[in-house]
Amino acid sequence: MAPPRLELTGVTKAFGGVHALRGVDFALRPGSIHGVAGENGAGKSTLMKIIAGVHAGDAGEMRIDGKPVHFRSTRDARAAGIGMVHQELSVAPDLTVAENVFLGSQPIGALGLVAWKRMAREAVAQLKNLGLEIDPRARLGDYPIGVQQLVELARVLFSGARIVILDEPTSALSPPEIARLFEVLRRVRTSGRSLVFISHFLDDILAISDEVSVFRNGSHVATAEVGPGIDKSWIIERMIGAGREELEESYLGDIALKSHPDAPIVLEARGLTLAPFYRDLSFVARAGEVLGVYGFMGCGQIELARTLFGKLKPESGALEMSGGVVRLANTTAGKRAGVGYVAESRRAMLFREEPIYRNVSIAFLEHVSRWLLKPSAERAQASTQTQRLGVRPPGVEARLGALSGGNQQKVALAKWLTRAPKVLVLAEPTRGMDVGAKEDVVRIVKSLAAEGMAVIVLSTEPETVLSLADRVLVMRKGELASEFKDCAISKDRLLAAA
Amino acid sequence: MDSPDADAAPRRSGFSLGRMLRDQLRNIAPFATLLILVGFFSFAAPAFATLGNLVNILQQASVTGIIAVGLTFVILTAEIDLSVGAIANATAIVLTFFTLQPDYVNIANIPLPGWLAIILALAACFGLGLVTAFGVTRIGIPSFIMTLAMMQIGAGISAVLVRGQIAYSVPSLVLTLGSKSLFGVPWIIIFTALLLAVAHFVLSYTRFGRYVYMVGGNREAAEYSGVNVRLIIGSVMTISAVCSGMAGMLGVAYFGSAQQNEFDTFLLDAIAAVVVGGTSLFGGRGGIGNTIVGLFVLGVLNNGLDYVKIDSFLKILIRGIILLVALVINIYAERLRATREVGS
Repeated sequence: MAPPRLELTGVTKAFGGVHALRGVDFALRPGSIHGVAGENGAGKSTLMKIIAGVHAGDAGEMRIDGKPVHFRSTRDARAAGIGMVHQELSVAPDLTVAENVFLGSQPIGALGLVAWKRMAREAVAQLKNLGLEIDPRARLGDYPIGVQQLVELARVLFSGARIVILDEPTSALSPPEIARLFEVLRRVRTSGRSLVFISHFLDDILAISDEVSVFRNGSHVATAEVGPGIDKSWIIERMIGAGREELEESYLGDIALKSHPDAPIVLEARGLTLAPFYRDLSFVARAGEVLGVYGFMGCGQIELARTLFGKLKPESGALEMSGGVVRLANTTAGKRAGVGYVAESRRAMLFREEPIYRNVSIAFLEHVSRWLLKPSAERAQASTQTQRLGVRPPGVEARLGALSGGNQQKVALAKWLTRAPKVLVLAEPTRGMDVGAKEDVVRIVKSLAAEGMAVIVLSTEPETVLSLADRVLVMRKGELASEFKDCAISKDRLLAAA
Repeated sequence: MDSPDADAAPRRSGFSLGRMLRDQLRNIAPFATLLILVGFFSFAAPAFATLGNLVNILQQASVTGIIAVGLTFVILTAEIDLSVGAIANATAIVLTFFTLQPDYVNIANIPLPGWLAIILALAACFGLGLVTAFGVTRIGIPSFIMTLAMMQIGAGISAVLVRGQIAYSVPSLVLTLGSKSLFGVPWIIIFTALLLAVAHFVLSYTRFGRYVYMVGGNREAAEYSGVNVRLIIGSVMTISAVCSGMAGMLGVAYFGSAQQNEFDTFLLDAIAAVVVGGTSLFGGRGGIGNTIVGLFVLGVLNNGLDYVKIDSFLKILIRGIILLVALVINIYAERLRATREVGS
């Protein structure tokens, strides 16, 4: 039997003491498509970055066609025939299709000038190989995202890649575009190349892959030929892990959701649409309820969160608050309408160089002072709220940057509490926090809801949604896919719905 | 008050002179520069360190100072205004255009009462500021480019109104403020000092001033806190234009005439004063105190070089080198802060 096209044995990688990969074995057969599944942080992307030469492994071996290789840079990996198509495409939308196919390697004619005619001709040939017939002189940005992706794939293949890693290739595509992509991928497979297909969309993995590997917690837990008995629930079972040693928030068992059907509606979205991020979203948020919105990265929930605060404007649809339609011209209007917002990154929420009290008071300064600052009132209000949330160490004069991540997140929450908003929108409220800090945030958010606030939590982490929500909406590629209320829910059911 | 800083950063081990110097480099460097310059010129030229010359220095720095007040607001929000000199010029020429000129001035102007001419001139710079504000905040043109266009527009207004001539008369109020004295202290120094004081008050003690710093410190975070960032940016661009306009009016009275390209050199001087003073080009750090030190550094340098025997053409080069050094320190101070962030 021929050796695997790519083989990794015992690959280990740690970042600052945290193990991202623990002794991973992985084999990719020639002329096959290999699906890779796993939750966020399971180690998929670290492994792919090691293969692509972005990171170097701490231990372990990598072989291509049986020969050991060591990549010191992405250039080494490319030279060895490894190509990558990222979720965020790296095409140049303002250049032509042909220029994109030849990006970084334009054919040169006499006098060292770019051979435009030859370039167009060869680009057409390349794209035809993939079954794509488009004008090579047209601007690439004018084509839909699916075509742009295929052009990037053509470039990677043209540069000589025999192993192509596709990161979340279907997350932005419509069903017909996916069908076309799969056709192209099968064609590429026939030519003897090997493909790694990383995705959160398990149906897509099962539809295209010859083999599937599942990762959990930095380990490679299973590989199987796709066939009878290998289905979505088989993968999910292995992604979550049944017999787990680490009890960190398993949420394997059922969690009962209790909705508040009688509570007054505070916010109602009707047919909100903002292409290409989300389409036709209709839902309500009730007082005293935590509404969870779950979906994979890029499903549009961050854009939805920004829309609710007035940072983005929907193209169509209406947002009703307290019975009237509101049009939020900017974030100031959002705040006035009674919305509080905590962004998904602390960098976008906080002023590292400023003292804590200024970070808190910035959201309600207009209620403390009309023209002149009132330093003592401002500090007193800020101090009340940071103490209420248990920010450590106490005291509001310290520079925000001196606080730990979890305490910074509490400050980001604290700024909205002086003028309790009707709706509090939290994007990824527990991302990158340790267990203790997460529990603090969960407790705080639940107590805010208990006081009558409508809280909307948007996250790509199932644990975050499950630990907080009274009712769960699942978004999939910009649309509402399903709703869970008054029922039992568990992580596998949530993952299966997205 | 307890000591939250000590609690907040347990890894910080006590007081460190090096750390304090690094943190305060932005404020210490300009002041040290000023002391060195004053020391050097006092030693090199006995006539330099006199009360009379201090008044000279202040008077010479006043027009720059008025422009620098507006620019401080702009640079604190991490924007830039390149149109200050041109708007000063245009405002000054609008003022003289509506003032009765001597017979030998060949301009088809429209003489109006002095108060009305002043109001029209103020309206002119305010209006130009609004155009800049609209372009930057509503259309989304980067301030660097937008104010470059406004620079040309200001120069164009000046050219059209004076048509290569020179105007001399200004309303008596402006004449007094620009060229008369109160008990031996020139009014222009008093005006500049008052304006600096008002600006310092606004930046340090008002809600608007806080927003200026916060927008400069982290524009995204300000927006996600519900601050109307466009309004703040638009306001500072307008404030800058009005300050430039006032500088132009008093400058004409101070120089005694109004003509094209009269204020061209003030653009560089005013930016230099703000940046040499230590206000961060990335926004959020610095203030009027820094600008005052910067104005003194520039004022002392310009004045002192006249007292020592030096090739007058070399002065230009020396000013350029001083500005370059200030820029290096400005960026370096920012980088030191950034590395400390990573370290802590």
